[in-house]
Amino acid sequence: METLENQKQEFNITVYTENQIGLLSRIAIIFTRRKINIDSLNTSPSEIESIHRFNIVINESEEVVRKLTRQIEKQVEVLKVYYHTNDDVVWQELALYKMSTDVIAEKISVERLLRENGARAVVIRKDYTVFEATGHREETDNLIKILQPYGLIEFVRSARVAIIKQSDGFNRKLREFERLEPGEDVVENEYLNQGQKVFTM
Amino acid sequence: MEVAQQEIGAVAVQPATVPVTQVSGSVALLEALIVEGVDTIFGYPGGAIMPIYDALYDYKEKLNHILVRHEQGGIHAGQGYARTSGKVGVVFATSGPGATNLVTGLADAQIDSTPLVCITGQVFAHLLGTDAFQETDVINITTPVTKWNYQVTDANEIPEVIAKAFYIAKSGRPGPVLIDITKNAQIQKFDYQGYTPCKHIRSYRPKPIVRSQYIQQAAELINQAKKPFVLWGQGVILGSAEQEFKTFIEKSGIPAAWTILGAGAIPTDHELNVGMLGMHGNYGPNVLTNECDVLIAIGMRFDDRVTGRLDKYAKQAKVIHLDIDPAEIDKNVVSTVPVWGDCKETLPLLTQLVEAKQHTEWVNKFKEFADKEIEAVIFDELNPGDGEMTMGEVIKHLNDLTGGEAIIVSDVGQHQMVACRYARLNNTRSNVTSGGLGTMGFALPAAIGAKFGAQDRDVVAIIGDGGFQMTLQELGTIMQSGINVKIIILNNRFLGMVRQWQELFNERRYSFVDIQSPDFVTVAKGYGIAGKSIDDRANLSSSLKEMLEHNGSYLLEVMVRKENNVFPMVPQGCSVAEIRLK
Repeated sequence: METLENQKQEFNITVYTENQIGLLSRIAIIFTRRKINIDSLNTSPSEIESIHRFNIVINESEEVVRKLTRQIEKQVEVLKVYYHTNDDVVWQELALYKMSTDVIAEKISVERLLRENGARAVVIRKDYTVFEATGHREETDNLIKILQPYGLIEFVRSARVAIIKQSDGFNRKLREFERLEPGEDVVENEYLNQGQKVFTM
Repeated sequence: MEVAQQEIGAVAVQPATVPVTQVSGSVALLEALIVEGVDTIFGYPGGAIMPIYDALYDYKEKLNHILVRHEQGGIHAGQGYARTSGKVGVVFATSGPGATNLVTGLADAQIDSTPLVCITGQVFAHLLGTDAFQETDVINITTPVTKWNYQVTDANEIPEVIAKAFYIAKSGRPGPVLIDITKNAQIQKFDYQGYTPCKHIRSYRPKPIVRSQYIQQAAELINQAKKPFVLWGQGVILGSAEQEFKTFIEKSGIPAAWTILGAGAIPTDHELNVGMLGMHGNYGPNVLTNECDVLIAIGMRFDDRVTGRLDKYAKQAKVIHLDIDPAEIDKNVVSTVPVWGDCKETLPLLTQLVEAKQHTEWVNKFKEFADKEIEAVIFDELNPGDGEMTMGEVIKHLNDLTGGEAIIVSDVGQHQMVACRYARLNNTRSNVTSGGLGTMGFALPAAIGAKFGAQDRDVVAIIGDGGFQMTLQELGTIMQSGINVKIIILNNRFLGMVRQWQELFNERRYSFVDIQSPDFVTVAKGYGIAGKSIDDRANLSSSLKEMLEHNGSYLLEVMVRKENNVFPMVPQGCSVAEIRLK
């Protein structure tokens, strides 16, 4: 029987790194050599200068995710890695929808549908209008289905960004990393035996 | 890259051995190597690294450069040097094919945790990405097989980057680092302010903090254990924790077995040393792994060659895993108590808490299995009596003559397993072999490096007829550098290990394992190296003696039994308890 540990589900991996050329490739290799597909990958500067934050989404078992996070955290330029289930993070994806402006103008129902789906116009030109919507995958997918009959011209969706619900942020942790010697309160394998969702080193 | 000031620890700047002035990137590199204590470099010049070699011309007195015959030979020599000296091996290569020839050695060093700093030349920065002559994307090629790598395009970066390279290569779990330097950065002059060794990198934690609660839990498990069993690996040697390890097992009275990279950390004839683990390991340690109640793994990574089938591996045992690399904990075998940390720190803490005991009955059980193995396998292998010589008897006679004091460098194959099983090792850093990657062609260049790393010790390379032909051009390096390396070729006229598998598992379908060899003695003679070939055991001991006493390098070819198998053996897909004696 499959244990909870072995059941595949979506995991959000959060990686704090130095701003370093080539690191994306080094991290990507950790997934590709194990033949694990990255469902979504977002990388951008974090709130802390010179530190970048990766959001990586994969569909795997917790056992695999835990091993992956350790391999990622092992990289020299990686400061910290966390992993969480979807329930443990607040997450969003941004989607852009390009529609014919004529269709928008003529079909009032489109406007209503957009409003009901929390979309807003970001560009209105004579030939086309671009709407933006943010939300979970199923929400932005749903809007595609609604807009498709009205001649959706183009669609694009961003990678997922996620904020960890239970977290006091990375600022405190970073101060510990900047010390020459690691502080005593840097938690080692506190969660290892408890099967919890946070891995720290 | 921005080498941020805070990444470099507050360490006193080492004065440059040249006046603080404008120097080239190449000079800055060589100055850095001197401050890092480098005495030997293995390398091969080429167009893209010529400025560094030009600068090296003025550093001949300070830096001993060994001209190898192939970059792969250079990096294996660097590995051999690092393994016997405990220092960082340094390797130079040019761009393109020079750099790609390092890849095998990088992969080998990565999996065997060998500290290396490899410097490759690269085309001018303005040519990057244009498919320029001898340009390859060496950073992306080597990313999966390095602990860290970095491309320097500006000479100003060199001091900080080299400092980081050495710190990363040798700290924590050691590993290979590659620094690719574009030709313009080698030539470019900049204001050289001296060299500051690196002691801290913000994002890098070489050693996890030791947690006392886990030490206590581990000690409790050990104190309650009736049949505790220690498995040790190279981590004990890399952490220079041989004495701490010996004290631990002697106080706790626990029998201990080794992975091939852990061999020699305590002497072969130590009463608690119960032998080698794994596919061709000893009978007792393998079978009794599935009988012990507490398994204490120290600085070893539960490689599949050690564990056999994981779902049948030590399921009855509570596992305590001591390792400096957090990613190794629970990777293959789930631990009951993980002890993260440098075993030089964790072992004394554990020794303090464990009760002094003698597990006489349990230790004797290993001896009973050893007796069975001697009767079924070892006696005949070491004392075959008549017929063709065996690999085992060569090692036995070598032991008799060296007394276990020599450094044994082995290649990959049957002879490797025989050498590792039977070589007597009295001292640590005496067993140099390609453990994780299994690189044929490793031993000859590694023996060269091993000799430079331990110049006062005898170095004996034991190589198969197949592996020898992969890097035999390094005889030229021996010739030119004039070093004293003893080479034993155990020639069975087969690619023996593959043939053994074909015999056992492929119904003797010997597919392309019948290998012809040149007259090795004549080849050696061509390189000015003395040697002889023997096929009669009457000459074995005297020939080995002649080899060891010869003033300079010597090649001894021993014609051994053609179809001899290495037993015991855990067949692939079997549990360690299913080890076959025959």
